[in-house]
Amino acid sequence: MTTINTGDTAWVLFATALVLMMTPALAFFYGGMVRKKNILSTLNLSIIVIGLISIQWVLIGYTLAFGNSTGGLIGNLKYAGLTGVGAAPNAQYAPNIPHLAFAAFQMMFAIITPALITGALVERVRFRTFLVFVLLWATFVYDPVAHWVWGAGGILHKLGTLDFAGGTVVHITAGYSALAFAIVIGRRRWFGHAPIEPSSIPFTVLGAGLLWMGWFGFNGGSALAANGLAVNALVTSNTAAAASAVMWMLLTWRDNKPSVLGIVTGAVVGLVAITPASGYVSPLSALIIGAVAAPVSYYAIKLRQRMQLDESLDVWACHGVGGTWGALATGIFASKAINPTGANGLLFGNPVQFVIQIIAVVLVIAFSFGMTFVIASVLKKLIGLRVSQNEEEVGLDISEHGERAYS
Amino acid sequence: MTKKIEAILREEKLDVVMAALRDIGIVGMNVIEVRGHGRQGGIELVGRTGSYHVDLLPRVQLNIVLSDHNVDRTVDTICKAAQTGNIGDGLIFIYPVDEVVRIRTSERGRQALTYAGDIDTR
Repeated sequence: MTTINTGDTAWVLFATALVLMMTPALAFFYGGMVRKKNILSTLNLSIIVIGLISIQWVLIGYTLAFGNSTGGLIGNLKYAGLTGVGAAPNAQYAPNIPHLAFAAFQMMFAIITPALITGALVERVRFRTFLVFVLLWATFVYDPVAHWVWGAGGILHKLGTLDFAGGTVVHITAGYSALAFAIVIGRRRWFGHAPIEPSSIPFTVLGAGLLWMGWFGFNGGSALAANGLAVNALVTSNTAAAASAVMWMLLTWRDNKPSVLGIVTGAVVGLVAITPASGYVSPLSALIIGAVAAPVSYYAIKLRQRMQLDESLDVWACHGVGGTWGALATGIFASKAINPTGANGLLFGNPVQFVIQIIAVVLVIAFSFGMTFVIASVLKKLIGLRVSQNEEEVGLDISEHGERAYS
Repeated sequence: MTKKIEAILREEKLDVVMAALRDIGIVGMNVIEVRGHGRQGGIELVGRTGSYHVDLLPRVQLNIVLSDHNVDRTVDTICKAAQTGNIGDGLIFIYPVDEVVRIRTSERGRQALTYAGDIDTR
């Protein structure tokens, strides 16, 4: 039975707009953390992804992720060019809203995920190589993983993986791909020898605030209806973000002073961790998930620093590690009392769910890291990943775009 | 003889120093925002985790051109107003000036430097 519900449709359309806003918000979150000679370049890496992936998604992305399953691995070409995706609902995915609304909402997830990776390669990536990378990555990493987890008949979907809004599909893929890309592209020039000071922490705070708001659409919208589940997702998201922000404040305070950059980072990490769980756990569980997410990512950043690895804006520590914790936490705290279409987790007498989550996490980490390592390595050999030393020192705003942020 | 005083100050001391100079009749000056460090070599700032080192700190450079006999009084005033007693209070450099020209009138030397109500007429 499929009947369009106007309230549900209105909420999903609004949530789509909120999630779109998250990509420019991410641009400012990242832009504030780089040096001022690279701020336009960094903003642009996120913005151009909106352009590229909007096109890719209409042409092939949607159908690869949500077309009829081919062996559980990838969608077929049934919906290429969004053919046949219109006002009528698709009973498999959302029987209460137009199929096209579902495709549009999912498009925004496909956009922000590669934009997240840009934090690993800022201040040195060659722009034209990045354009090619994004298209390859969306097609060969994001679309397949989205199909595995969310596509009807996808391998992880059939296994029973719980991922409400993208802990594996969005955050683990982005985080571990960022790690792989950072290893292949190498450190920024003078990394570890000269200080790299954020150009505008206010931009980062602004970006984090807008991300926080947008996340209500990201997680709340993933209910695909204006119902109690959407409310639960919104409240758990806010609770986890708050718990993680406060925990991060305490961590920096113990080491030093309560850092503003740290507090907003904590909020984002809390939102990352609750993403897969938001529609399956209670607000109290969200409090624990958020509070644990902060120290986990905090020490992941310290580990990354100790390894002298220039994964520049800590996409791996925040999204890869935070997302992994969230996906595992879903297997611990999920409760059918919250979402009867979900499953119970470890704490509610179902350890199998925890094992399923581990399998999904390991598979997605291995696939994302491996594929990105290969794609980046091939591009490095064929067209080069980095700008020249001189271009890097001048800054990418001038050398890649011929523009400067401030006169 | 004419001298130029170049004082490197903490940003937050600029207002107090300017008020003190106004009180003794120093009417003209200009200020440049500069970045730099002394022997202590920068400071630690707090980051996402732990802290990181920044070499160059923001300071202001106050430039005043005045007659020889007013230098000591002016320098004392600046020192008194700008001191915190901590490392990083800044330095004052004093140079000889060959000539001063007031563009509006083409006056030169002492005439170009004196104003009604300035330090010499008090």
